Amino acid sequence: MKKPSVELRLPILPNMELIATQTAEVISRHMNLTEDQGAEISMALIEACINAFEHSKAENNVFINFLIEDDSLVIKVIDQGIGFDKTKVEIPKIENKIGKDERKRGWGLQLIQELMDSVEFESNDEGTTVTMKKNIKH
Amino acid sequence: MSDFITSIKENNSIVIIETNGYLNNVGGEAVSAVVYEKMAQGQTKFLINMAGTKIVNSIGVSILIEIIEKLQEVNGKIGYYNLAPIVAKTFNIMGLTKYSTVHETEEAAVNEL
Repeated sequence: MKKPSVELRLPILPNMELIATQTAEVISRHMNLTEDQGAEISMALIEACINAFEHSKAENNVFINFLIEDDSLVIKVIDQGIGFDKTKVEIPKIENKIGKDERKRGWGLQLIQELMDSVEFESNDEGTTVTMKKNIKH
Repeated sequence: MSDFITSIKENNSIVIIETNGYLNNVGGEAVSAVVYEKMAQGQTKFLINMAGTKIVNSIGVSILIEIIEKLQEVNGKIGYYNLAPIVAKTFNIMGLTKYSTVHETEEAAVNEL
C-alpha cells in the first residue's frame, strides 16, 4: 500500500514557515510522536524553510513533502533557487561570533542536523532539496 | 510597545521583559530595541520571561547574541526563564548558555543573575 504523504506549496512571504510547522504538528500527533519530537521537527522545518526563502534566491514557491513511514517521518524541503555548496558552509561557533565582526546568523544547517536523526542535501544550480528524517521512538 | 513584548518591569534593578509569540527577526528586534533603550538609561541587567514564546527561529535568536555582545561592553548580563524545552535546546545548540543564563523561575532568575 502506498505510504501516506502530505504536500505543501508555500509562497515566499514572511512567516510562511509557520504553515509548515502547523502541518508538522498535526502529522506528529497522528504518528503519536512525543511532544519533544514534534517540537524538534517544527524547529528544523522552520530553519529549512528560512534557508529556502532567504538563501536560495528562489522566486517561486517552496515545496514541502511529508512522507509518513512506519518507523519514521521523512520531510523534503524543495526550492528552485541557485543552490549552495555545503562543503563551503562553516560550522558556526558562538565563540567566533561574540565580540567579532562576524555576522551572528548562519545557524540553520547546524540546528537542522542537531534536531533531526538524518539530513541529506542535494543541490545544484536549479535548486536544493533538503531531506530530513525523524525516527519514531515511542 | 510591540505585540511581541507584553510587559516590561523592574525587579531588584533588573529589567524584566515578557514576550509572547514567535521569536523571529521582528520579535528579536523588539527585544533589542527595549534593551538598548534601557542600556542608554544605565541599565545593565536584563531577564526575558519567555513563557509565551514556544517557537523561535535562528534569526531571532541571533539578535539575542547581538544583545549579549552589546552587554559585554558594559559588563552587563542577560538571562531567560520559563523556556519551552525546544527553546532551551536551541539556545544550548547555538551556545547562548555559554554567555547568558537560563533559570527556572523569576525568583530564581532575580537571585541568580
